[in-house]
Amino acid sequence: MSSLAAAPSSPGSHSPRVASLIKVARALVVPLLVLVLWRTAVARHWVNPLLLAPPEKVVTRALIELREGELWPQLFASLRRDVLGFALGTIGGIALGGVLGASRLADRLIGPTFHASKQVAIFAWIPLMSVWLGTGELAKVVFIALAAFFPMVQNTYEGVHGVAREYVEVARVFRFTPWQLVRRVILPAAAPSIFAGVHLALFYAWLATLGAEYLLAAGPGIGNLMIDGREQFAMDKVFLGVLITGAVGALLNTLAATLERRALRWRVRNV
Amino acid sequence: MGQPGVIDIRGVSKQYVVNERALQVLTGLSLTIQPGEFLSIVGSSGCGKSTLLRLISGLDVDYSGEIRVDGQQVRGTSLDRGIVFQEHRLFPWLTIEKNIGLGLENSTWPAAKRRETIERHIDLVGLRGFEQAYPHQLSGGMAQRAAIARALVNQPSILLLDEPFGALDALTRSNLQQELQRIWQAERLTTILVTHDVEEAVFLGDRVVVMQPRPGRIRRVLNVSAEHPRDRADPELKAIVDEVRGEILEAPESSAN
Repeated sequence: MSSLAAAPSSPGSHSPRVASLIKVARALVVPLLVLVLWRTAVARHWVNPLLLAPPEKVVTRALIELREGELWPQLFASLRRDVLGFALGTIGGIALGGVLGASRLADRLIGPTFHASKQVAIFAWIPLMSVWLGTGELAKVVFIALAAFFPMVQNTYEGVHGVAREYVEVARVFRFTPWQLVRRVILPAAAPSIFAGVHLALFYAWLATLGAEYLLAAGPGIGNLMIDGREQFAMDKVFLGVLITGAVGALLNTLAATLERRALRWRVRNV
Repeated sequence: MGQPGVIDIRGVSKQYVVNERALQVLTGLSLTIQPGEFLSIVGSSGCGKSTLLRLISGLDVDYSGEIRVDGQQVRGTSLDRGIVFQEHRLFPWLTIEKNIGLGLENSTWPAAKRRETIERHIDLVGLRGFEQAYPHQLSGGMAQRAAIARALVNQPSILLLDEPFGALDALTRSNLQQELQRIWQAERLTTILVTHDVEEAVFLGDRVVVMQPRPGRIRRVLNVSAEHPRDRADPELKAIVDEVRGEILEAPESSAN
């Protein structure tokens, strides 16, 4: 039961509440230092303020965009295509990964092609997408789905393939139907690996959302906000875009981690 | 003989192909197990005793000869034959209660009867209070109790035990042997215990089958007539233990190991 992870780091005998406050405070040290450095660099004219907008200008810009009602539609457009692409890619990825993991024949038939095509750098699909599907919403969503699809297939495959033979035998002893085998044994046994795939897929989908908006420019989105900022040489706008991108990414990740913790509560910790 | 649970094994042989060479694991094995009997199978490793149990369970149907349960040739697993493996094989993602309930997944009983049966088996193996625990929260002995409950919950007429206490410490092991004897007396179902622990085989079995390896076959079958519940200190049991041990040590190939 004793492990390094379980041992309290150094807040020693503090109550859990205080300990978690200390943890948060420590995590904020670096961002605060960066903020101070950023502020000082602009104030002391170490850098050209045209290239590095001061933090307060970024905040002002956020307020302006919010008041003029520009920010929400842009953010909403990005999130919409992110979620749509993520959902498509994840569902497709779990389906293909599951089939490859469960069927030797499918693995032999489709596996090599899949493993070869996942070697293609994801952004290399952009030129094809734009020729085949244009630069509209469809091309973007398909590209995002593709970015989520590959890690999802890989992780689902590994999870399903790695289901212990011993558990499958228990299912045979109890004469489970194929559907019961999938629902009662394979899915739960593969869940940790599938969740790892969801984590990656979320990350790649958001990356691809920004990539698609940047490289298949057309229509609203956070990427579009940043392109506008760059073209107008409004660095506050660009910085605002960067901050929002990071915040959304972090938020999605936290969401996935929370869901995962709830779904996999049975897992042995501290091993 | 109206009671179900007769197992008839006739001329059973089994071979594995390893590196394109046939390896004979069992050869010409014949044995009849009576309803309600407790049969122990003991032998050194490699004598094919676990393989035989897998054939009876129906997990492996690639053999020659005949295995009949209540007159029916075994062609696959059956809810009528419960099995406990050396590892507990509880599903780590289910609570103990849900794990035990797995045996009723395909039952046509109404929900109330299922609940009640699960409860009864939790009590039977002494796990009251641990229904909501996950397997990793239990000790090895408790997990094995849960595995026994899972095998019994749908009320099979035959219970197969594949070295169920082999991975437990000596104290827990003798404790669970006692428990198994009590459960067997309460349920009276045909039981086959595969083990390499001679005392365990003699303490529990009505008959003890001694197997010898390469190829796996029956060397001798001994009767243990002492009444259940038994006393470990019984000199009759001790004498049989010595006899069985002698048989195993005399078996030609195992002494060469």
